[in-house]
Formats: sequence, C-alpha cells, structure tokens
Amino acid sequence: MASNWFRFAAPASFYPLAGRLIPVFWILTGVCLLVGLYWGFFQTPDQLGGSNAQKEYYRIIFIHVPSAWMSMWLYVVMVGWAAIGLVFNTRLSFMMANAVAPTGAIFTFLALWTGAFWGRPSWGTYWDWDPRLTTELILFFMYIGYIALHSAIDDTRRADRAAALLAIVGLAMIPLIFWSVNCPDPNQCAALHQRSDLTQIEGNILFSMLAVTFGFWMYSFATVLMRLRSIILTREADNTWVQELIVKGDRA
Amino acid sequence: MLRVFWCILLRDLTLALRRRTDVLTTLFFFIIVVSLFPLGVGTERQILQILGPGVVWVAALLASMLALERLFAADYEDGTLEQMVLTAQPLSLLVLAKITAHWLLTGLPLVLIAPLVGMQYHLSDDAILITMAALLLGTPVLSLIGAIGAALTLGLRGGGILLSLLILPLYIPVLVYGAGAVTASGIDMADTRPYLALLGAFLVAALTFAPLASSAALKISIE
Repeated sequence: MASNWFRFAAPASFYPLAGRLIPVFWILTGVCLLVGLYWGFFQTPDQLGGSNAQKEYYRIIFIHVPSAWMSMWLYVVMVGWAAIGLVFNTRLSFMMANAVAPTGAIFTFLALWTGAFWGRPSWGTYWDWDPRLTTELILFFMYIGYIALHSAIDDTRRADRAAALLAIVGLAMIPLIFWSVNCPDPNQCAALHQRSDLTQIEGNILFSMLAVTFGFWMYSFATVLMRLRSIILTREADNTWVQELIVKGDRA
Repeated sequence: MLRVFWCILLRDLTLALRRRTDVLTTLFFFIIVVSLFPLGVGTERQILQILGPGVVWVAALLASMLALERLFAADYEDGTLEQMVLTAQPLSLLVLAKITAHWLLTGLPLVLIAPLVGMQYHLSDDAILITMAALLLGTPVLSLIGAIGAALTLGLRGGGILLSLLILPLYIPVLVYGAGAVTASGIDMADTRPYLALLGAFLVAALTFAPLASSAALKISIE
C-alpha cells in the first residue's frame, strides 16, 4: 500500500485527485459554516453575564478566534511542507507550501480585521499594542515576506528553496505568538486579551466556534488545492500530460 | 579550524579598512537618524528621556540593515564566495567569520558611540551603561539574523528593500527587549537583568543557528 501513497507525490497524478476532492471540501465548508454560524447566532446566550457584560457584538468571536487559530496553524503547515520539500526534494511539497501562504495571510488579516472591529466597542479602540495583536501583525509580515521573496526570484527552484528556508527561520516566532496570549504567568505580561482556556467556554459557544474552525479548515483545503492545481498547470506547462489535458479540454 | 576563521576575519577587516567610507557611512547614518528625532518631536527633556531608548534601537536596526546588503555582495560579484562554498572548510564557520567582521565594523561602533547619543537624549549615566550593555548583546543578534536575509536575497533586483521586509519582523524581539532594558533602568527598583539575560539568550540561540541557516541560504543562492 505504501507505494500507493507516493504515487500522489507526482503532480501529474495529484492533479486529478485534487480536482475530485475540491467539490467535497467546498460542500463541507458550506455545511460547517452554516451550522457553526447558525448555532453561534441563534443558539447561544444573548450576552456574557457578570461584570463585563458584552452585547451582541461578542459574536465576532465565531470568526475572530477560528481565523486566529488558522493563521498560526497554516504557518506551521506551510513550514512543514517547505521542510519536506528541502529534505526530500519533492516538487509537489514546495508547490503545496506556496499554495498555503496566501490562505494563511488572508486568515491573519481576517483575525486582525475582526479583532479591530471587536476592540472598538469593547476596549474603545481599534488598535492597541497588546502582545497578541502585535505578534499577529508580525505573523502577517512574515507571510508577506515569504510571498515577496518567492515572487522576487525568477528561478523557480531557487525561489522554492530560499522561501522555504525563510519560512523555517520564521518558525522561531510561532511560540512567541502562541504564548503571547497564554502567558505562563499572567502577572508578567500585561495584555488586554484574557487567557484562552477551552474548559471555561460555555458549551454552545464552544460548539459553534469549533464548527466554524472546522469549516475554515475545509475552506483552506479547498482553496489550497485550487491554487495548487493552477500552480501545477503553470509549472508543468511543458509536459505532455498538461498539453493533452488542454487538447482534451478535460476539467477533471 | 580557528586559523580559517582568523584568516577570513582579518581579510574582511583589511578590505574594509582599505575602504573606510563604507564603515563610516553606517556610523553617520546612525548618528543622523538619532539626531533627527529631537528636531521632529521637540526638544523637551522629558519627551527625549522617554523616546531615547526606542530611538537608539530603531536607528541601530536600520543602520545594521543598511550595511547588510554589502555582507556577501562584493564576494558574490567577483566569485570569491563561490570559491568559499567549494572549499573543504565548513561553510558555516566561514560565514560566522564574515558575520563577526561585519559586526566589528558596524555593530561595535554603535556600542561605542552610545554615550554620545545618551547625552543628546539626557539619559542618566546608569541608563547609558545599560544601553551599551544591551547594544553589546543585541547588535550581534542583528548581524547574525540579518546574514540569513542577506544570503537569501543575494543578487536579486531590489534586494535591499526585500531584505528589510524579510528581516525587520524577525528583529522585533531584540528591539522590544533591548529598548525594554533601557526603559527599565530609568524606573526605581526595576530590575534590568531579565532583559539582558533574554538578550543574551537570543545571542546564544542566534550564534548556534544563524551561521547554519545562512550557509544553507548561500548554497541555495549560489547553485
């Protein structure tokens, strides 16, 4: 069976597989987002009680937290593919790392954007130099740096390898970003964000947050595979199988 | 091993001393940037004392980045770098020697000039000492991380701008703790040792990994 898996390391055989998977992931995206957002909007308590009662606007959490999770996770995934590419010298892994970067950058931007809109009513400001906000901004710069370095180098092979190395170096920042909110000793880091602790979240809120996260995950799969297919076509344009594909007009 | 290190270090230093303007440009860039801030934000003593630490560090970041472009460029153009990659000596050692030379020429002068800047910003004697200690620990980290970026962008069009985009985000922790140390030294009862210890930790980590990463980057850029 092992050889069966390696079969898909070749762009020519992965291309049709990706084509078959994309609709599945899009359907899952739709289902998860609909369920998650429906639950988040209609089945959760109206406001968080206690001394810091938040009104309806706390529902931004259903987009904000999942996109922040995805932004960090996708960077790790990107580094993973980049490292596999550097070690095993496989073309497809570099293409995968390349396809992940824009989706990661979009989620980082989304997390910052929704955070600003949430910050305005609850903290009275769009932006503050909170450790979490700042490190998320750095993450955004790191995605931009990866994309910029890759597009600045004309030779694809060098671009792949250089950008992969940059991504791996940048991995040193991910623990900083992660622990900037889950600081071991809260007295040591002044932050506006509260500690995140999954066990303290109300069940309905947690359910819809996880559902949206899963939906975002599926969305990432779908968009990454779509981008990957176009990268494969661009890079393998000289190969016979691509030429045949074009002649047949086959979109599978 | 050590002989190779010395050999490259002395060669780079000699080359730089033959063309002194390169070194002096960086230093004067630092001094001018630092002098611009009081003209921009006003010369009140209190404002300057608050701004001082941050300004010194931002200027040091920019100055060290300005010089990075030249770290490998000249050797790359005349083919020396290719020969270095081909030698039997470990490339990371050669790279470390080049980075050391680069720091001696651009980082160390910033440490030595710090008291002058401290006077411009009315920093106390204690704060000046801490500034120098923080710069002494922090500027080698800047050179080490920067070398990775310089190796990655070797020979690219618009490499300088790209270099700043890649490297500045990675400089941020050094900036935060470096400026933090100086700010903390101005507060009564505040302990600056944690900041300096963290900068030292960054230095050790960078010394361990950066030469390996830059030599890997050089191999990618040259092949």
